[in-house]
This record gives sequence, C-alpha cells and structure tokens, in this order.
Amino acid sequence: MSANVTDPIIVLENVDKFFGPFQALKNVSLSVRKGEKIVVCGPSGSGKSTMIRCINRLEEHNSGTIIVNGHELTDKTNDIDAVRSEIGMVFQSFNLFPHMTVLRNLMLAPRLVRKTNKVEAEALARQYLERVRIPEQADKYPIQLSGGQQQRVAIARALCMKPEVMLFDEPTSALDPEMISEVLDVMVDLAREGMTMICVTHEMGFARSVADKVVFMDGGEIVEVAGPTEFFESPRNERTKLFLSQILAH
Amino acid sequence: MSFDVALIVDSIPKMLMGLGLTLQLLILSAVLGLLLATVLLLMRISGKWYLDLPAQAYIYVFRGTPILVQIFIVYYGFPQLGFIRDSFLWPILREPFGCAVVALSLNTGAYVSEILRGGVLGVDRGLHEAGSALGLSAHQRFIYITTPLAVRLAIPAYSNDVVSLMKSTALASTITLLDMMGIARTIVAETYAPYEIFISLAVIYLIMTWFIQKAFGVFERFMSRHERQ
Repeated sequence: MSANVTDPIIVLENVDKFFGPFQALKNVSLSVRKGEKIVVCGPSGSGKSTMIRCINRLEEHNSGTIIVNGHELTDKTNDIDAVRSEIGMVFQSFNLFPHMTVLRNLMLAPRLVRKTNKVEAEALARQYLERVRIPEQADKYPIQLSGGQQQRVAIARALCMKPEVMLFDEPTSALDPEMISEVLDVMVDLAREGMTMICVTHEMGFARSVADKVVFMDGGEIVEVAGPTEFFESPRNERTKLFLSQILAH
Repeated sequence: MSFDVALIVDSIPKMLMGLGLTLQLLILSAVLGLLLATVLLLMRISGKWYLDLPAQAYIYVFRGTPILVQIFIVYYGFPQLGFIRDSFLWPILREPFGCAVVALSLNTGAYVSEILRGGVLGVDRGLHEAGSALGLSAHQRFIYITTPLAVRLAIPAYSNDVVSLMKSTALASTITLLDMMGIARTIVAETYAPYEIFISLAVIYLIMTWFIQKAFGVFERFMSRHERQ
C-alpha cells in the first residue's frame, strides 16, 4: 500500500475509556489527515482532554483502536516512547522542567531521545525560541518568565522534536487574558506552516480562523463534527446549540 | 555547686581526641545509609509487590525499634550466629567499630528512604507527563526530572536526619568505642564531675550541628537556584 497524502495520520475507532465506573469516552471515532487542524470543544468533563491524552497514551484506553502514524498504540511490539517522540504535546499548566533553563528544557529530549549532539541541539533550540519570539529568554529559568512566555517555551520544546502532530490541551486556559493572544499567534503561525494540530480550546476565534474541523464533545461522546462556518452558523445538534449559546452569550 | 573551669579546659582536648572517631562513624554511616536508602526507595517505588513489601517490612522494623537495641543486637547477637562468623562480614562485625557502623547505617537507611520517597512523591505529576510526551523513557525521566527535584525537596528533612545520626553516634560508646562520648564517660568515671564534662561535650555536639546545618543550607541554596525570581 502506498502512502497517500490524504491517508489519516491519526485514527480513533470506537474508543472507550473508563476511570473506575465512570465512562470518560464513549465509542469515540475520529480520523485526522496530515496537515489538518482540529479544534475540540465542549463543556468541562466532556472527555476532550481524555481523548487527546489517549492519543499519546498518557491515558490508556480500555477498548477500541488508536493508530498514530501507522502505529497501533495497544500493540506491544511498538515502543511507546518512540511513538510519543513523534507527537508534540502542550499542556494547560506548561509543565516546563523548573530546574532547567529555558535552553536546557528545549535541548533535553533531542539530546536524550534523538541523540543529537550538544551543538546541534543548542542550535535547534535557539532556532525554535526565535520562532516563538523569545530568543532573549534562553538562559532564564521558567519561574522568571510570564505565563505566556512559559507556554511559548513549552511549544518550542515540543517543536524541537520535529513532531508529526501537535496536541494542545487547553493551552491558554491558565493564562491571564492579556497573554492569550501571544500564545495563539504562535499557534496560528504553526497552523499556517502546515502542522497537523489537535487543539482542545475554548478560543472560538482561533477555531473560526484556523480549524478545518470543529469537534464538539459532550458526556464522553463526539456529538458533532463540522467545518467551522457550519459549526458556528448552523449547528445541527441541540447540545451543540446550547453550548454555543452559553459560551458566545457574552 | 562549684563549676570546675580548669577541668573543662583540661578535658575538652581529651574529648576532641574522639572527634575523629565520631566523624568516621557519622560519615561512613551517612554514606552507607544513603546507599541503602536509595535501594529501599527504588524497591518502594518499583510498583512490584515482591520488592515493595520487603522494603516496607524492613523500614517498619528499623524505624519501630530503638537504635540502642539495634546496636546491641548487632554487637552481642550477631557473633553468636555461626553463619555470620563464617561469612565475609565477620572481619567487620568482629570489631565494635564495624558493628556500630553497620547498626547506624541500617537504622538511618530506613529513615532516609522514607525522606527520599517523600521527595519523589512531591514532584509534580505534570512534569512526568511532559517528559513522557517528549518520548523520554522511564529511566530518563527518573534521572533527569525526578531525581534533581526530589533531592531538592528532601534536603530539609535529610539534614535533620544527619544531625540525628550524628547524635546517635554517641551510642557507640555503649559498645566500648572511645568516640567523644566514650572519652567523656571515662573522664566522668575518673573525676565524678558529670556537669562540667557533659556540658562541654554538649557544646561540642552543638558546634558540629551548626556546621552540618550551614553545609546543608549552602547545598539547599545551590539546589534551589532555579527558584529565585
């Protein structure tokens, strides 16, 4: 079988996930093609974060199939660390390594996982710091940066691994309002460059301008998948309408 | 009550002759105890019950019994066991110094492993996830993320344990060793002047405590250099 550009890079089929008796994901199926930008939204507790955390196996799903870049995640012959190194992830709480400078945060994984030498890893790190527009912060510790700066460092850290896909788990939810746009700007740049992205976010402006598809989740299910225009102008499902009326009311 | 200053001036140099032995007991037990603690810690956090349970039992026994009892069991009890007399450990356990180091190390190892475990558990789970998401293996995460942060978190409690261990070395005098405490007891037996001698000895231990606290303060500041705004 020859690889086709339209072949999906991520496929979820009938994925179920339980936390004890609570079912966090119910029969979730989703397919993402290379270069696609997916925005996932929905009320809190709807399973959005759980879904993207299953994609790099930070959570293990209980049944169904998840295939990332050709690797079936439950297949024991796959090295999960290797699969994860192809998937960048950005967290709500940044999760920068507090004991390392910004530069060392960026160099750690390329050095350890990709076995890049020190000079090349540093060049790579500086290049990505430039891209997220904070080259001057290279030698600072995370605590010395603002929230927006920290999140941009976290994006750069993920990009240093040259991932095939980027996952964003509410990347702007922990930020002060005035810092949200500097992070979204970087994400928009990334989208324009053709990165495959799955973003859990409540930033509906970002969804409108960047998303190829908007996925609406509620109660652990994917309720509706639509292009952004259709999603915002003429949502079909009642739950989607209710959600949109709540978040767009102000 | 008269306070014999001349006796103090005379005795302090004598007690300081035991400082070397006190320091040897302290440093050897601290190093061996830390190694043991690391092994116990890895057993505790291995996630494997057949490693975790023996470590838990060990810690329970050594934290739950007096250090003096442990020293006596090693010193008086072990030589009665034939297999110990025949083993490679005998050259060590034949000597009271070896017995004291073994007992102190076994004891402090139990405490320190729990201190280190507290440090490991204190490391934010999100940082593990960030390491996992970057493709770092479990070993790499432990070495590069967990360890430096756990060490930083464990320093205050660990420095307490080292001070406590230093004071426990005085118990070695009960198994014939002439550390500072052993010498002090000898002098008291000869002079019948317990106040002068033991108060001077207490001051020497206080000074040592001060140095230990200072040293850990420097270490803590170094390990927290990333926390300064």
